[in-house]
Amino acid sequence: MIHPIPSGTRDVLPDETRELRVITDALRGVFERYGYGEVYTPALEYESVLAQAGHPAYGAGSADARPAYRVFDESGAVLALRSDMTVPIARVVATRYANTEPPLRFCYLAHCYRGVRPQRGQPRELLQAGVELIGSPAPKGTAEALTVLCSCLDAVGLQDYRIGLGDASLFGSLMESLGVKPSDREALLSTLAARDFVALDERLSRLSIAVESRELLLEVPQRRGGPEVLSEADGPVSEAVAGLRSVYELLASDVASRVIFDLGLVGSIGYYTGAVFEVYDPALGSPIGGGGRYDELLGRFGRSLPAVGFALGIERLHIALAGEERGTGALLS
Amino acid sequence: MSPLNGLTIAVPRGALFAETVELLSGLGVDTAELRSNDRKLLFEEIGVITMRPSDVPTYVEAGSADVGITGKDVLLEQASQHPGEPGREVYELLDLAYGRCTMVLATKSGPDPSAEALRRLGVMRLATKYPRIAARYMEETGRQAEIVEVKGSVELAPLTGMVEAIVDLTATGTTLREHGLVVREEIVLCTARLIANPVAHKLKSAAIDELLERLRAR
Repeated sequence: MIHPIPSGTRDVLPDETRELRVITDALRGVFERYGYGEVYTPALEYESVLAQAGHPAYGAGSADARPAYRVFDESGAVLALRSDMTVPIARVVATRYANTEPPLRFCYLAHCYRGVRPQRGQPRELLQAGVELIGSPAPKGTAEALTVLCSCLDAVGLQDYRIGLGDASLFGSLMESLGVKPSDREALLSTLAARDFVALDERLSRLSIAVESRELLLEVPQRRGGPEVLSEADGPVSEAVAGLRSVYELLASDVASRVIFDLGLVGSIGYYTGAVFEVYDPALGSPIGGGGRYDELLGRFGRSLPAVGFALGIERLHIALAGEERGTGALLS
Repeated sequence: MSPLNGLTIAVPRGALFAETVELLSGLGVDTAELRSNDRKLLFEEIGVITMRPSDVPTYVEAGSADVGITGKDVLLEQASQHPGEPGREVYELLDLAYGRCTMVLATKSGPDPSAEALRRLGVMRLATKYPRIAARYMEETGRQAEIVEVKGSVELAPLTGMVEAIVDLTATGTTLREHGLVVREEIVLCTARLIANPVAHKLKSAAIDELLERLRAR
Protein backbone atom coordinates (compact mmCIF):
# COMPACT_ATOMS: atom_id res chain seq x y z
CA MET A 1 0.00 0.00 0.00
CA ILE A 2 1.20 3.47 -0.79
CA HIS A 3 0.06 6.35 1.40
CA PRO A 4 2.16 9.30 0.28
CA ILE A 5 3.09 12.34 2.35
CA PRO A 6 3.53 15.80 0.79
CA SER A 7 6.78 16.54 -1.02
CA GLY A 8 9.33 18.08 1.31
CA THR A 9 7.88 16.58 4.49
CA ARG A 10 8.95 13.44 6.30
CA ASP A 11 8.36 11.18 9.26
CA VAL A 12 10.98 11.21 12.01
CA LEU A 13 11.42 7.85 13.73
CA PRO A 14 12.75 7.11 17.25
CA ASP A 15 16.49 6.69 16.46
CA GLU A 16 16.66 10.04 14.73
CA THR A 17 14.34 11.71 17.23
CA ARG A 18 16.64 10.61 20.05
CA GLU A 19 19.59 12.33 18.33
CA LEU A 20 17.53 15.44 17.60
CA ARG A 21 16.50 15.59 21.25
CA VAL A 22 20.15 15.77 22.33
CA ILE A 23 20.55 18.79 20.05
CA THR A 24 17.35 20.55 21.06
CA ASP A 25 17.96 19.92 24.79
CA ALA A 26 21.42 21.49 24.50
CA LEU A 27 19.98 24.49 22.65
CA ARG A 28 17.21 24.96 25.23
CA GLY A 29 19.85 24.90 27.96
CA VAL A 30 21.75 27.74 26.27
CA PHE A 31 18.59 29.79 25.69
CA GLU A 32 17.67 29.37 29.34
CA ARG A 33 21.14 30.36 30.52
CA TYR A 34 21.00 33.64 28.60
CA GLY A 35 17.54 34.45 29.89
CA TYR A 36 15.47 33.77 26.75
CA GLY A 37 11.90 32.67 27.43
CA GLU A 38 10.42 30.00 25.18
CA VAL A 39 7.21 30.77 23.32
CA TYR A 40 4.75 28.88 21.11
CA THR A 41 2.61 30.62 18.57
CA PRO A 42 0.01 29.22 16.15
CA ALA A 43 1.39 27.55 13.02
CA LEU A 44 -1.52 29.16 11.15
CA GLU A 45 -1.86 32.94 11.14
CA TYR A 46 -4.04 35.36 9.22
CA GLU A 47 -2.25 36.03 5.95
CA SER A 48 -3.06 39.73 6.27
CA VAL A 49 -1.22 39.87 9.61
CA LEU A 50 1.89 38.11 8.29
CA ALA A 51 1.81 40.38 5.23
CA GLN A 52 2.34 43.41 7.45
CA ALA A 53 5.97 42.33 7.68
CA GLY A 54 6.20 43.74 4.17
CA HIS A 55 7.16 41.93 1.04
CA PRO A 56 10.78 40.94 0.63
CA ALA A 57 12.62 43.30 -1.63
CA TYR A 58 14.57 40.65 -3.51
CA GLY A 59 13.65 38.11 -6.12
CA ALA A 60 15.88 35.11 -6.23
CA GLY A 61 16.99 34.65 -2.66
CA SER A 62 13.75 35.46 -0.97
CA ALA A 63 11.63 32.38 -1.57
CA ASP A 64 12.33 31.55 2.06
CA ALA A 65 10.64 34.51 3.56
CA ARG A 66 7.17 34.44 2.18
CA PRO A 67 4.42 32.13 3.33
CA ALA A 68 3.84 29.43 0.72
CA TYR A 69 0.83 27.52 2.04
CA ARG A 70 -2.62 29.01 2.46
CA VAL A 71 -6.03 27.75 3.52
CA PHE A 72 -9.42 29.32 4.09
CA ASP A 73 -11.04 29.25 7.51
CA GLU A 74 -14.77 28.72 8.14
CA SER A 75 -15.52 32.39 7.50
CA GLY A 76 -13.55 32.58 4.28
CA ALA A 77 -10.55 34.43 5.74
CA VAL A 78 -7.17 33.43 4.31
CA LEU A 79 -4.83 31.70 6.75
CA ALA A 80 -1.15 31.04 6.01
CA LEU A 81 1.32 28.61 7.51
CA ARG A 82 4.12 30.67 9.04
CA SER A 83 7.41 30.69 7.09
CA ASP A 84 9.45 31.80 10.08
CA MET A 85 9.03 32.69 13.75
CA THR A 86 10.35 36.23 13.57
CA VAL A 87 7.14 37.71 12.20
CA PRO A 88 4.81 35.89 14.65
CA ILE A 89 7.01 36.98 17.56
CA ALA A 90 6.92 40.57 16.30
CA ARG A 91 3.13 40.27 16.44
CA VAL A 92 3.29 38.82 19.97
CA VAL A 93 5.48 41.69 21.15
CA ALA A 94 3.21 44.36 19.68
CA THR A 95 0.04 42.82 21.08
CA ARG A 96 0.96 41.00 24.30
CA TYR A 97 3.91 43.10 25.42
CA ALA A 98 2.72 46.49 24.19
CA ASN A 99 3.80 48.30 27.36
CA THR A 100 6.52 46.07 28.75
CA GLU A 101 9.90 47.67 29.32
CA PRO A 102 12.45 46.34 26.80
CA PRO A 103 14.68 44.49 26.20
CA LEU A 104 12.59 41.37 25.66
CA ARG A 105 14.17 37.98 25.11
CA PHE A 106 12.29 35.14 23.41
CA CYS A 107 13.33 31.77 22.07
CA TYR A 108 11.48 29.06 20.19
CA LEU A 109 11.64 25.58 18.77
CA ALA A 110 9.05 25.43 16.06
CA HIS A 111 8.18 24.07 12.65
CA CYS A 112 8.04 26.57 9.80
CA TYR A 113 6.80 26.02 6.26
CA ARG A 114 8.41 27.14 3.04
CA GLY A 115 7.86 26.59 -0.64
CA VAL A 116 11.43 25.54 -1.34
CA ARG A 117 12.66 22.91 -3.79
CA PRO A 118 12.94 19.93 -1.45
CA GLN A 119 16.45 18.53 -1.09
CA ARG A 120 18.81 17.36 1.60
CA GLY A 121 18.61 19.63 4.62
CA GLN A 122 16.02 21.76 2.84
CA PRO A 123 12.58 20.42 3.74
CA ARG A 124 9.34 22.32 3.25
CA GLU A 125 8.43 21.68 6.86
CA LEU A 126 11.52 22.60 8.84
CA LEU A 127 12.22 22.57 12.56
CA GLN A 128 13.89 25.79 13.62
CA ALA A 129 15.44 26.86 16.90
CA GLY A 130 16.18 30.51 17.45
CA VAL A 131 16.01 33.63 19.53
CA GLU A 132 14.64 37.14 19.12
CA LEU A 133 16.16 39.97 21.15
CA ILE A 134 13.74 42.88 21.06
CA GLY A 135 14.59 46.41 22.15
CA SER A 136 18.36 46.07 22.20
CA PRO A 137 19.89 48.23 19.47
CA ALA A 138 23.10 47.76 17.49
CA PRO A 139 25.85 47.12 18.25
CA LYS A 140 25.14 45.74 21.73
CA GLY A 141 22.15 43.60 20.78
CA THR A 142 23.88 42.24 17.69
CA ALA A 143 26.90 41.21 19.76
CA GLU A 144 24.63 39.43 22.24
CA ALA A 145 22.85 37.53 19.46
CA LEU A 146 26.18 36.41 17.99
CA THR A 147 27.38 35.34 21.43
CA VAL A 148 24.26 33.27 22.06
CA LEU A 149 24.57 31.79 18.56
CA CYS A 150 28.15 30.64 19.15
CA SER A 151 27.21 29.27 22.58
CA CYS A 152 24.45 27.24 20.90
CA LEU A 153 26.80 25.77 18.31
CA ASP A 154 29.43 25.03 20.96
CA ALA A 155 26.82 23.39 23.18
CA VAL A 156 25.74 20.94 20.48
CA GLY A 157 29.39 20.10 19.81
CA LEU A 158 29.85 21.53 16.31
CA GLN A 159 33.60 22.00 15.82
CA ASP A 160 34.50 23.80 12.64
CA TYR A 161 31.68 26.28 12.16
CA ARG A 162 32.14 29.86 11.06
CA ILE A 163 29.79 32.83 11.19
CA GLY A 164 29.63 34.93 8.02
CA LEU A 165 28.88 38.50 9.07
CA GLY A 166 27.71 41.22 6.72
CA ASP A 167 25.50 44.26 6.71
CA ALA A 168 22.22 44.47 4.77
CA SER A 169 22.56 48.25 4.48
CA LEU A 170 26.22 48.27 3.39
CA PHE A 171 25.79 48.01 -0.37
CA GLY A 172 22.88 50.45 -0.32
CA SER A 173 24.84 53.12 1.52
CA LEU A 174 27.84 52.53 -0.70
CA MET A 175 25.67 53.01 -3.80
CA GLU A 176 24.28 56.17 -2.30
CA SER A 177 27.66 57.65 -1.44
CA LEU A 178 28.99 56.80 -4.91
CA GLY A 179 26.11 58.53 -6.61
CA VAL A 180 24.08 55.61 -7.99
CA LYS A 181 20.59 56.85 -8.82
CA PRO A 182 17.83 55.52 -6.51
CA SER A 183 16.03 54.03 -9.52
CA ASP A 184 19.05 51.87 -10.37
CA ARG A 185 19.70 50.62 -6.85
CA GLU A 186 17.08 47.93 -6.46
CA ALA A 187 18.12 45.97 -9.56
CA LEU A 188 21.76 46.09 -8.49
CA LEU A 189 20.86 44.94 -4.99
CA SER A 190 18.82 41.99 -6.20
CA THR A 191 21.66 40.98 -8.54
CA LEU A 192 24.01 41.04 -5.59
CA ALA A 193 21.55 39.14 -3.40
CA ALA A 194 21.68 36.37 -6.03
CA ARG A 195 25.49 36.69 -6.05
CA ASP A 196 25.58 36.92 -9.80
CA PHE A 197 28.79 38.90 -10.12
CA VAL A 198 28.84 38.59 -13.90
CA ALA A 199 25.45 40.29 -14.17
CA LEU A 200 26.46 42.81 -11.50
CA ASP A 201 29.51 43.74 -13.59
CA GLU A 202 27.35 44.08 -16.67
CA ARG A 203 24.72 46.21 -14.91
CA LEU A 204 27.33 48.46 -13.35
CA SER A 205 28.99 49.04 -16.70
CA ARG A 206 25.74 50.58 -17.95
CA LEU A 207 25.67 53.21 -15.18
CA SER A 208 26.91 56.70 -15.78
CA ILE A 209 29.17 56.93 -12.74
CA ALA A 210 32.93 57.21 -12.41
CA VAL A 211 34.91 54.14 -13.46
CA GLU A 212 36.54 53.91 -10.01
CA SER A 213 33.12 53.91 -8.33
CA ARG A 214 31.95 51.18 -10.65
CA GLU A 215 34.98 49.05 -9.87
CA LEU A 216 34.51 49.61 -6.17
CA LEU A 217 30.87 48.50 -6.34
CA LEU A 218 31.91 45.28 -8.05
CA GLU A 219 34.93 44.59 -5.87
CA VAL A 220 33.71 45.49 -2.37
CA PRO A 221 30.93 42.87 -2.16
CA GLN A 222 33.51 40.21 -3.04
CA ARG A 223 35.64 41.10 -0.01
CA ARG A 224 35.49 38.55 2.77
CA GLY A 225 37.85 37.26 5.42
CA GLY A 226 39.08 38.17 8.89
CA PRO A 227 39.17 41.55 10.65
CA GLU A 228 41.61 42.81 7.99
CA VAL A 229 38.52 43.26 5.79
CA LEU A 230 37.47 46.05 8.16
CA SER A 231 40.88 47.56 8.84
CA GLU A 232 41.78 47.72 5.15
CA ALA A 233 38.56 49.52 4.23
CA ASP A 234 39.08 53.18 3.40
CA GLY A 235 37.11 56.11 2.05
CA PRO A 236 33.38 55.46 1.54
CA VAL A 237 33.86 51.75 2.31
CA SER A 238 35.27 52.56 5.73
CA GLU A 239 32.11 54.51 6.51
CA ALA A 240 29.94 51.68 5.24
CA VAL A 241 31.62 49.11 7.52
CA ALA A 242 31.44 51.33 10.63
CA GLY A 243 28.49 49.31 11.92
CA LEU A 244 30.35 46.01 11.54
CA ARG A 245 33.40 47.48 13.24
CA SER A 246 31.40 48.53 16.30
CA VAL A 247 29.87 45.03 16.60
CA TYR A 248 33.25 43.37 16.23
CA GLU A 249 34.72 45.48 19.03
CA LEU A 250 32.14 44.10 21.45
CA LEU A 251 32.75 40.41 20.70
CA ALA A 252 34.68 38.18 23.09
CA SER A 253 37.70 36.55 21.47
CA ASP A 254 36.13 33.07 21.18
CA VAL A 255 33.18 34.53 19.27
CA ALA A 256 35.32 36.94 17.25
CA SER A 257 37.56 34.10 16.09
CA ARG A 258 34.54 32.40 14.47
CA VAL A 259 33.58 35.43 12.39
CA ILE A 260 34.26 35.77 8.68
CA PHE A 261 33.38 39.23 7.42
CA ASP A 262 31.54 39.13 4.13
CA LEU A 263 30.83 42.52 2.59
CA GLY A 264 28.63 40.92 -0.06
CA LEU A 265 26.24 39.33 2.45
CA VAL A 266 23.05 41.36 2.20
CA GLY A 267 20.59 38.88 3.64
CA SER A 268 17.99 36.97 1.70
CA ILE A 269 15.03 38.14 3.76
CA GLY A 270 13.54 41.53 3.04
CA TYR A 271 13.06 42.78 6.61
CA TYR A 272 16.75 42.82 7.54
CA THR A 273 18.09 46.31 8.08
CA GLY A 274 21.61 46.08 9.54
CA ALA A 275 23.95 43.27 10.48
CA VAL A 276 23.12 39.95 8.83
CA PHE A 277 24.81 36.64 9.49
CA GLU A 278 24.91 33.05 8.30
CA VAL A 279 26.33 29.90 9.87
CA TYR A 280 28.63 27.72 7.78
CA ASP A 281 30.22 24.38 8.42
CA PRO A 282 32.53 22.54 6.04
CA ALA A 283 30.36 19.43 6.43
CA LEU A 284 27.41 21.07 4.65
CA GLY A 285 27.20 22.86 1.31
CA SER A 286 24.56 25.35 2.46
CA PRO A 287 24.16 27.56 5.54
CA ILE A 288 22.98 25.89 8.76
CA GLY A 289 21.16 28.98 9.88
CA GLY A 290 21.33 32.71 10.00
CA GLY A 291 19.86 35.90 11.27
CA GLY A 292 20.23 39.61 11.48
CA ARG A 293 18.89 42.93 12.64
CA TYR A 294 15.36 43.94 11.76
CA ASP A 295 14.99 47.36 13.30
CA GLU A 296 11.90 48.34 11.30
CA LEU A 297 9.79 45.19 11.49
CA LEU A 298 8.33 45.78 14.97
CA GLY A 299 7.22 49.27 13.97
CA ARG A 300 5.04 47.76 11.23
CA PHE A 301 3.15 45.92 13.98
CA GLY A 302 2.78 49.08 16.04
CA ARG A 303 5.57 48.90 18.57
CA SER A 304 8.69 50.46 17.13
CA LEU A 305 11.70 48.72 18.68
CA PRO A 306 15.10 47.72 17.31
CA ALA A 307 15.53 43.95 17.21
CA VAL A 308 17.87 41.15 16.23
CA GLY A 309 17.51 37.39 16.03
CA PHE A 310 18.73 34.16 14.53
CA ALA A 311 17.37 30.75 13.60
CA LEU A 312 19.12 27.42 13.19
CA GLY A 313 17.79 24.61 11.03
CA ILE A 314 17.82 21.61 13.37
CA GLU A 315 17.94 19.10 10.52
CA ARG A 316 20.88 20.85 8.89
CA LEU A 317 22.66 21.09 12.21
CA HIS A 318 22.17 17.36 12.63
CA ILE A 319 23.57 16.63 9.15
CA ALA A 320 26.60 18.83 9.84
CA LEU A 321 27.24 17.19 13.21
CA ALA A 322 27.00 13.73 11.67
CA GLY A 323 29.34 14.82 8.84
CA GLU A 324 31.93 16.21 11.24
CA GLU A 325 31.74 13.02 13.28
CA ARG A 326 32.46 10.88 10.24
CA GLY A 327 35.05 13.30 8.89
CA THR A 328 33.12 13.40 5.64
CA GLY A 329 30.82 15.98 4.23
CA ALA A 330 30.25 18.30 1.40
CA LEU A 331 33.45 20.32 1.53
CA LEU A 332 35.53 17.93 3.60
CA SER A 333 36.75 15.39 1.03
CA MET B 1 49.67 22.81 -2.72
CA SER B 2 48.01 21.76 -5.96
CA PRO B 3 47.52 24.34 -8.73
CA LEU B 4 43.89 24.73 -7.64
CA ASN B 5 44.81 25.37 -3.98
CA GLY B 6 42.99 22.26 -2.84
CA LEU B 7 39.72 23.22 -4.51
CA THR B 8 37.55 20.64 -6.21
CA ILE B 9 36.28 21.79 -9.60
CA ALA B 10 33.34 20.40 -11.57
CA VAL B 11 34.30 20.21 -15.25
CA PRO B 12 31.70 19.83 -18.02
CA ARG B 13 32.09 17.06 -20.57
CA GLY B 14 30.82 17.92 -24.03
CA ALA B 15 31.17 21.14 -26.01
CA LEU B 16 32.95 23.08 -23.26
CA PHE B 17 35.32 20.24 -22.33
CA ALA B 18 38.30 20.91 -24.63
CA GLU B 19 38.58 24.59 -23.77
CA THR B 20 38.06 23.90 -20.07
CA VAL B 21 40.93 21.39 -20.12
CA GLU B 22 43.08 24.02 -21.86
CA LEU B 23 42.14 26.49 -19.15
CA LEU B 24 43.13 24.02 -16.42
CA SER B 25 46.43 23.31 -18.18
CA GLY B 26 47.06 27.04 -18.26
CA LEU B 27 46.59 27.10 -14.49
CA GLY B 28 49.27 24.42 -14.11
CA VAL B 29 46.96 21.43 -13.60
CA ASP B 30 48.37 18.16 -14.98
CA THR B 31 45.62 17.30 -17.47
CA ALA B 32 47.29 14.34 -19.19
CA GLU B 33 44.91 11.75 -17.74
CA LEU B 34 41.93 14.05 -18.11
CA ARG B 35 42.66 14.21 -21.84
CA SER B 36 43.40 10.53 -22.33
CA ASN B 37 40.79 8.83 -20.18
CA ASP B 38 37.29 9.85 -21.23
CA ARG B 39 35.55 7.16 -19.15
CA LYS B 40 36.96 8.21 -15.81
CA LEU B 41 34.83 10.68 -13.84
CA LEU B 42 36.75 11.43 -10.67
CA PHE B 43 40.32 12.77 -10.88
CA GLU B 44 41.02 13.18 -7.19
CA GLU B 45 44.74 13.84 -7.44
CA ILE B 46 44.14 17.02 -9.49
CA GLY B 47 40.86 18.04 -7.81
CA VAL B 48 38.68 17.55 -10.90
CA ILE B 49 35.33 15.83 -11.32
CA THR B 50 33.73 15.54 -14.75
CA MET B 51 30.05 15.40 -15.63
CA ARG B 52 27.51 16.60 -18.15
CA PRO B 53 27.20 20.39 -18.16
CA SER B 54 23.67 20.46 -16.77
CA ASP B 55 24.81 18.50 -13.68
CA VAL B 56 27.52 21.01 -12.77
CA PRO B 57 25.20 23.36 -10.78
CA THR B 58 23.80 20.35 -8.91
CA TYR B 59 27.21 19.20 -7.67
CA VAL B 60 28.35 22.73 -6.88
CA GLU B 61 25.15 23.60 -5.02
CA ALA B 62 25.53 20.49 -2.86
CA GLY B 63 29.15 21.35 -2.14
CA SER B 64 30.52 18.15 -3.71
CA ALA B 65 32.56 20.54 -5.84
CA ASP B 66 33.71 23.91 -4.50
CA VAL B 67 33.62 25.56 -7.92
CA GLY B 68 32.49 24.53 -11.37
CA ILE B 69 32.37 25.56 -14.99
CA THR B 70 29.21 25.43 -17.06
CA GLY B 71 27.37 27.35 -19.76
CA LYS B 72 25.15 30.35 -19.08
CA ASP B 73 22.41 28.41 -20.92
CA VAL B 74 22.48 25.77 -18.16
CA LEU B 75 22.42 28.41 -15.42
CA LEU B 76 19.52 30.26 -17.04
CA GLU B 77 17.54 27.06 -17.49
CA GLN B 78 17.97 26.15 -13.82
CA ALA B 79 17.55 29.66 -12.43
CA SER B 80 14.54 30.99 -10.60
CA GLN B 81 12.06 32.04 -13.31
CA HIS B 82 9.77 34.12 -11.15
CA PRO B 83 10.38 36.13 -7.97
CA GLY B 84 9.90 33.78 -5.08
CA GLU B 85 10.45 30.61 -7.05
CA PRO B 86 13.49 28.72 -5.79
CA GLY B 87 16.49 28.48 -8.13
CA ARG B 88 19.96 27.00 -7.80
CA GLU B 89 21.89 28.38 -4.85
CA VAL B 90 25.23 28.94 -6.55
CA TYR B 91 27.30 32.08 -7.00
CA GLU B 92 28.24 33.17 -10.50
CA LEU B 93 31.75 34.56 -10.26
CA LEU B 94 33.23 35.02 -13.70
CA ASP B 95 32.42 35.09 -17.40
CA LEU B 96 35.10 32.87 -18.93
CA ALA B 97 34.20 34.15 -22.41
CA TYR B 98 34.67 30.86 -24.25
CA GLY B 99 31.99 28.50 -25.55
CA ARG B 100 30.24 31.44 -27.15
CA CYS B 101 26.76 30.45 -28.36
CA THR B 102 23.47 32.21 -28.92
CA MET B 103 20.08 31.03 -27.74
CA VAL B 104 17.85 31.61 -30.74
CA LEU B 105 14.32 31.18 -31.92
CA ALA B 106 14.34 29.53 -35.34
CA THR B 107 11.73 28.36 -37.81
CA LYS B 108 11.60 26.90 -41.30
CA SER B 109 12.73 29.37 -43.95
CA GLY B 110 10.19 31.22 -46.07
CA PRO B 111 7.19 32.97 -44.51
CA ASP B 112 7.41 32.72 -40.71
CA PRO B 113 5.08 29.83 -39.72
CA SER B 114 5.17 30.80 -36.04
CA ALA B 115 3.80 34.27 -36.79
CA GLU B 116 1.03 32.74 -38.84
CA ALA B 117 0.15 30.27 -36.08
CA LEU B 118 0.07 33.07 -33.56
CA ARG B 119 -2.15 35.23 -35.74
CA ARG B 120 -4.62 32.55 -36.79
CA LEU B 121 -4.55 30.07 -33.90
CA GLY B 122 -3.46 32.33 -31.05
CA VAL B 123 -0.72 29.94 -29.94
CA MET B 124 2.55 28.83 -31.47
CA ARG B 125 4.03 25.45 -30.78
CA LEU B 126 7.69 25.46 -29.92
CA ALA B 127 10.14 22.59 -29.35
CA THR B 128 13.18 22.99 -27.15
CA LYS B 129 15.65 21.38 -24.78
CA TYR B 130 15.34 24.55 -22.67
CA PRO B 131 11.63 24.67 -21.71
CA ARG B 132 12.11 27.18 -18.90
CA ILE B 133 14.15 29.65 -20.93
CA ALA B 134 11.68 29.32 -23.81
CA ALA B 135 8.62 29.79 -21.59
CA ARG B 136 10.11 32.86 -19.95
CA TYR B 137 11.08 34.37 -23.29
CA MET B 138 7.57 33.87 -24.61
CA GLU B 139 6.14 35.52 -21.50
CA GLU B 140 8.55 38.41 -21.79
CA THR B 141 7.62 39.00 -25.40
CA GLY B 142 3.90 38.65 -24.74
CA ARG B 143 3.23 35.61 -26.90
CA GLN B 144 1.35 32.43 -26.11
CA ALA B 145 3.24 29.24 -26.79
CA GLU B 146 2.82 25.56 -26.25
CA ILE B 147 6.26 24.35 -25.21
CA VAL B 148 7.19 20.84 -26.31
CA GLU B 149 10.23 19.49 -24.49
CA VAL B 150 12.49 17.20 -26.53
CA LYS B 151 15.74 15.56 -25.48
CA GLY B 152 17.50 15.11 -28.82
CA SER B 153 17.83 16.80 -32.21
CA VAL B 154 15.44 19.71 -31.92
CA GLU B 155 15.75 20.48 -35.66
CA LEU B 156 13.56 17.48 -36.38
CA ALA B 157 10.50 18.95 -34.66
CA PRO B 158 9.64 21.74 -37.16
CA LEU B 159 10.58 19.57 -40.16
CA THR B 160 7.94 16.99 -39.22
CA GLY B 161 5.35 19.68 -38.63
CA MET B 162 5.10 18.93 -34.91
CA VAL B 163 5.93 22.54 -34.06
CA GLU B 164 6.28 25.87 -35.83
CA ALA B 165 9.43 27.03 -34.05
CA ILE B 166 12.34 25.91 -31.92
CA VAL B 167 14.41 27.56 -29.20
CA ASP B 168 17.94 26.21 -29.23
CA LEU B 169 21.57 27.04 -28.72
CA THR B 170 23.67 27.65 -31.80
CA ALA B 171 27.32 28.53 -32.27
CA THR B 172 27.67 28.91 -36.03
CA GLY B 173 24.16 28.25 -37.32
CA THR B 174 25.43 25.46 -39.58
CA THR B 175 23.15 22.75 -38.20
CA LEU B 176 20.15 25.02 -38.50
CA ARG B 177 20.99 25.92 -42.10
CA GLU B 178 21.55 22.27 -43.04
CA HIS B 179 17.99 21.56 -41.96
CA GLY B 180 16.53 24.54 -43.82
CA LEU B 181 15.89 26.52 -40.64
CA VAL B 182 16.53 30.23 -40.18
CA VAL B 183 17.16 32.27 -37.06
CA ARG B 184 14.25 34.64 -36.45
CA GLU B 185 15.22 36.05 -33.06
CA GLU B 186 18.31 36.06 -30.88
CA ILE B 187 17.35 35.53 -27.23
CA VAL B 188 20.55 35.63 -25.24
CA LEU B 189 24.29 35.21 -25.70
CA CYS B 190 25.75 32.36 -23.64
CA THR B 191 29.35 31.75 -22.58
CA ALA B 192 31.11 29.54 -20.04
CA ARG B 193 30.83 30.74 -16.44
CA LEU B 194 32.72 29.99 -13.26
CA ILE B 195 30.32 29.23 -10.41
CA ALA B 196 30.97 28.57 -6.71
CA ASN B 197 29.29 26.91 -3.78
CA PRO B 198 28.07 29.58 -1.30
CA VAL B 199 29.70 27.97 1.72
CA ALA B 200 33.00 27.26 -0.07
CA HIS B 201 32.98 30.90 -1.23
CA LYS B 202 33.30 31.86 2.45
CA LEU B 203 35.28 29.02 4.00
CA LYS B 204 37.76 28.76 1.12
CA SER B 205 37.75 32.42 0.16
CA ALA B 206 41.51 32.79 -0.25
CA ALA B 207 41.77 29.82 -2.62
CA ILE B 208 38.76 30.95 -4.66
CA ASP B 209 39.95 34.56 -4.88
CA GLU B 210 43.38 33.45 -6.03
CA LEU B 211 41.83 31.24 -8.69
CA LEU B 212 39.66 34.16 -9.83
CA GLU B 213 42.66 36.44 -10.04
CA ARG B 214 44.60 33.97 -12.16
CA LEU B 215 41.62 33.43 -14.44
CA ARG B 216 41.10 37.16 -14.90
CA ALA B 217 44.79 37.65 -15.66
CA ARG B 218 44.87 34.97 -18.33
